[in-house]
Amino acid sequence: MTFKTVLLGATAAMGLATGAMAQDDKTKVGFIYVGPIGDLGWSYQHDQGRLAVEEEYGDKVETVYVESVPEGPDAERVLTQMALQGADLIFTTSFGFMEPTMNVAAKFPDVKFEHATGYQRADNVSTYSARFYEGRAVQGLIAGEMTESNIIGYIGSYPIPEVIRGINAAYIQAKKVNPEVEFRVVWAYTWFDPAKEAEAAKALIDAGADVILQHTDSTAPQAAAQEAGDVITFGQASDMLDYAPEPRVSSIIDNWNQYYVDRVGAVLDGSWESTDTWGGIDSGMVEIGEITEAVPAEVKEAALALKDAIAAGETHPFTGPINKQDGSEWLAEGEVADDETLLGMNFYVEGIEGDIPQ
Amino acid sequence: MSNIDPILLLSAIIIVSTPILLAAIGELVVERAGVLNLGVEGMMITGAVCGFIAATSTGSPWLGFAGAALGAALLSMVFGVLTQLFLSNQVATGLALTLFGLGLSALLGQGYIGVKGPVVPDLYLPVLRDIPFLGPVLFRHDAMVYIALFIVLGVWLFLNRTRSGRVLRAVGENHDAAHALGYKVVRVRLLAIAFGGACAGLGGAYLSLVRVPQWTEGMTAGAGWIALAIVVFASWRPGRLVLGAWLFGGATALQLALQASGGVQIPIEYLQMAPYLATILVLVILRAGRAPGSLGRSFHASS
Repeated sequence: MTFKTVLLGATAAMGLATGAMAQDDKTKVGFIYVGPIGDLGWSYQHDQGRLAVEEEYGDKVETVYVESVPEGPDAERVLTQMALQGADLIFTTSFGFMEPTMNVAAKFPDVKFEHATGYQRADNVSTYSARFYEGRAVQGLIAGEMTESNIIGYIGSYPIPEVIRGINAAYIQAKKVNPEVEFRVVWAYTWFDPAKEAEAAKALIDAGADVILQHTDSTAPQAAAQEAGDVITFGQASDMLDYAPEPRVSSIIDNWNQYYVDRVGAVLDGSWESTDTWGGIDSGMVEIGEITEAVPAEVKEAALALKDAIAAGETHPFTGPINKQDGSEWLAEGEVADDETLLGMNFYVEGIEGDIPQ
Repeated sequence: MSNIDPILLLSAIIIVSTPILLAAIGELVVERAGVLNLGVEGMMITGAVCGFIAATSTGSPWLGFAGAALGAALLSMVFGVLTQLFLSNQVATGLALTLFGLGLSALLGQGYIGVKGPVVPDLYLPVLRDIPFLGPVLFRHDAMVYIALFIVLGVWLFLNRTRSGRVLRAVGENHDAAHALGYKVVRVRLLAIAFGGACAGLGGAYLSLVRVPQWTEGMTAGAGWIALAIVVFASWRPGRLVLGAWLFGGATALQLALQASGGVQIPIEYLQMAPYLATILVLVILRAGRAPGSLGRSFHASS
């Protein structure tokens, strides 16, 4: 991975040399990904967005990308290179790229940045994310209905608000349809490590879980579930259709295509400004992958009804009464969570056992 | 803690430790021959992809493992030729090998992302598998688990009970003296490096064919570095190597099982640190770790 980064760095440097001579008026759009685009999950979907941009604007834009960029100083280096190389707009597609993005953006005020899932903005830095928790709620409903052992395993990546929000959203729905349900959360401390993810899935299955939800990016948990048999899973970030109809019974698909096309369009016509976007099922940013025949028809119907209600704004996955884990009241009857609390969510809701690692 | 099933946990530990055990036993032989090859990670990942390609194209996981051993051994020869014939610095060359292996494997694996490999069946051991407790823990695994342990046993026999094993150790302890006695230092080392590569390749293929099982870029995720640590932990002895691999594998399996059982009592960071702390303790307190005398030094017949 590092090797490729180095190689791309070298290519970037050469591009810099020739680019200066052959000045063209193409708008250059850069992407940095935290995993390989072949992860078939998170980074893959972002790259689909990049391809959509190329398709939409053809010769008017040029896209560049660097994959498997570690979250940290390396990211800053890669971003600086991209900016020097003449990128007009750069998408930084992981939470951990927040600091590097802010630092490099401060050095290149004329370059526009878009940071996924973060919360820091500047005049030339926008943020965008998707309301994955809406999809998590739909998964939670299916999971709660489908489990027979009443133990649902959840592979968490890092204990950050985005992930905790997903766990809570899934739990609330699962609990609603199945009061006996119990969540077991394993923190993998990685976004992408197939061996570790497979191991986490196996540990959960060994502990009695017959439904596995994952917030990590590889398909390894799907493979582990398939091997174990009688365990269902959900595709994460990407459809992971290779594992349908079982173990993968549905999925949350991140669809960045429209957003990327819109934002590049805004740069092209000069209307780009710093914004904060948080799209849900209604905007198409969060899609629910096909629910397979492994799910009984009435459960499928209920899941789709919930999805439609969320999309229409009739239901919010976080609607009171909901207590925090310690029993204190969070949302009163009928109260809906505000975005600010959701964005900073650092607590489990009542009923989930275990502590969030600090 | 109470709802962790010890049988499942122990059985998980054995599975988790197999790839690092394979890679470590190879590296142990390399280091006993006086060569420090830091390219284990690169050879493992190359083995993982070669094994996966061979297995999917032939449909046989065993040919897959053979392909993995061959591919990684070939890659290790790049290191062998550079360090033994051209006397390049072993540390730098080993690191370069890791980076090269990661890139090469990503290239080779382009068309294999998301492809499903053939299934490696568990070895069916009649009678043994039905022993209470021991049966499910020890005797219900796939054949590679046992092959790994046999390789370790073989290496122990080779190093301690055979003439060629002693020659290899002599080369590792003092290459000038070994050379003066007429042993072919470079040839012994090249063979050791190839063996190390083959074992690392098997370890990588165990990941891509058994544990995960599929090909994804960067899937070894540092297992090669853990293998290097285990060799030091084991103070270059095959018997302790198994212990070390189970300790490192155990920490991984235990922390996951602890979390999955609901209610973690120990912050998992401590468990993740534990094997590394143990390595340092073994090195410092027990003073057991004496590295082979010529470890990491280049050899040229003229000097």
